[in-house]
Amino acid sequence: MTDPISRDDVTHVARLACLSLTDQELEAFTGQLANILSHASDLEALDLTGVEPTSHPLPLVNVLRPDVPGEPVDRDEVLAAAPSVEDHQFRVPPALGGNT
Amino acid sequence: MSALELAAAIRSGERSAVDVLEEHLAVIDAREDEIHAFNLVMVEQARREAVDIDAHLAAGEELGPLAGVPVALKDNMCTRGVPTTCSSKILEGWKPPYDATVVQRLTAAGAVIIGKTNMDEFAMGGSTENSAFGPTRNPLDTSRVPGGSSGGSAAAVAAGFAPLSLGSDTGGSIRQPAALCGLVGVKPTYGRVSRYGLVAFASSLDQIGPFAATVADAALLLEVISGHDPLDSTSIAEPAPGLLSVLDQGVEGLRIGILDELSGHGVEGISPDVLARLDAAVEALTAAGATVERASVPATVYGLSAYYVIAPAEASSNLSRYDGVRFGPRTDGATTNEMMVATRTEGFGDEVKRRIMLGTYALSAGYYDAYYGKSQKVRTLILKDFAKAYEKFDLLISPTAPTTAFPLGAKTEDPMQMYLQDVCTIPSNLAGHPAMSVPFGVGDDGLPVGVQILAPAMGEATMFRAAAVLEKSGGAQ
Repeated sequence: MTDPISRDDVTHVARLACLSLTDQELEAFTGQLANILSHASDLEALDLTGVEPTSHPLPLVNVLRPDVPGEPVDRDEVLAAAPSVEDHQFRVPPALGGNT
Repeated sequence: MSALELAAAIRSGERSAVDVLEEHLAVIDAREDEIHAFNLVMVEQARREAVDIDAHLAAGEELGPLAGVPVALKDNMCTRGVPTTCSSKILEGWKPPYDATVVQRLTAAGAVIIGKTNMDEFAMGGSTENSAFGPTRNPLDTSRVPGGSSGGSAAAVAAGFAPLSLGSDTGGSIRQPAALCGLVGVKPTYGRVSRYGLVAFASSLDQIGPFAATVADAALLLEVISGHDPLDSTSIAEPAPGLLSVLDQGVEGLRIGILDELSGHGVEGISPDVLARLDAAVEALTAAGATVERASVPATVYGLSAYYVIAPAEASSNLSRYDGVRFGPRTDGATTNEMMVATRTEGFGDEVKRRIMLGTYALSAGYYDAYYGKSQKVRTLILKDFAKAYEKFDLLISPTAPTTAFPLGAKTEDPMQMYLQDVCTIPSNLAGHPAMSVPFGVGDDGLPVGVQILAPAMGEATMFRAAAVLEKSGGAQ
């Protein structure tokens, strides 16, 4: 199939997933992920030529509803759950700058 | 007293909803410290609801089938204004601005929501040890796990904290804890029960279902929560199935297959005492008039591998929403990205991080075809092989879990050992089919063993008929 997952792969994947790992965690996760992925290597022997992929158990496509306005969730209730809010908007630190 | 009996006693005025609730709260008081089934016991709200129910009954109003019956909810179902944590630090303190559809349906049926139950963080685990708030213990033996991920909901019913509870099942998270706690647990057909307001783990696999002490109670609760919901685009446009009405129809003439690939033959770690109970179940079904033969669904042997690619892949996408912007706690950072990384690193536990990284890897350039693409094709094979088996059989049976309840800590070191708990339950999730666990006696250690009944899509009624036969046969004792 493919080479076992490496420390560099895990570092890369952690960055994609917005997670930061200590060296110790990196070591442990690399071993565990390699073990889990090696279990999936039994798929390697399968001949899947011509088999269509299934992404979903139901044969549903484009479920539509009548275009009638419903009751929205309460804006203030939604904003009350946010860690930081200003002028009815979610507030975040600057998007640019820093080390990333 | 069963939920059906409680509901009847409350409706007839023999018991009050308030008394029934206080009785259950007293049991919680006595044992919750030891079990830790709940993240939150909703004492005040439940008392208000029970008082309301009694008032409506006193006024002669017609109430729903669960009027006054306490029900516990897994803590991944949204309850408006009431904390919903998924047992994760990343949602600590979050109060949803709406109710899940199942919560609305329970309330409309008169149920009293008694609390939110502990779980493996974001439903990832098989023992309820992956909770940010500490593990739940099995009420039948507190040195053992209750199973997972819906271990709190299973323990709540097994300990008598509530006669009914709801869990969610993505790879076995209702059926396996039901088996380990000696309960009936049902994963309905994908799309039977609305997922609106269920915090998503793996959207093409997740399904909500009931825990109960009896088959009839599980049927009652499933009837209440099933049926089409326009708020869930994957909801099946069918009314709730009639289940209570078919329970005494028996299995005379039904063709039942023993699912070879999940019954010892080549399956890692299925214990002989569990297989002995499956044999006893076969005898009971045969005695009741069913024809039972061995059946093969070859592709199910690849279920575990496909699942542990597909579920993490979907999870890695679903869990990207936890970024400290719109809800939940935030860990500060100098930039938006640093804040997000800090929040997620602080907020997620190890198992959740493991699965997010596994899924991200399986979906990343260069690996997509080898892992995710292949697994989706295996899913097609599993559906085809099930379809072929169901040409010859009405139902299939297998063990639910490979072993009885295991000691706390026994499988926490090696994630793969924990994943193997799901080997018999995963195929039904990949296929979107219904399956349930029925308690059927005990293993060598005296702890409960569950037998799994599998049915084709929309086959709940036939599945419940077989469950009722197993329950009535006395083999469950």
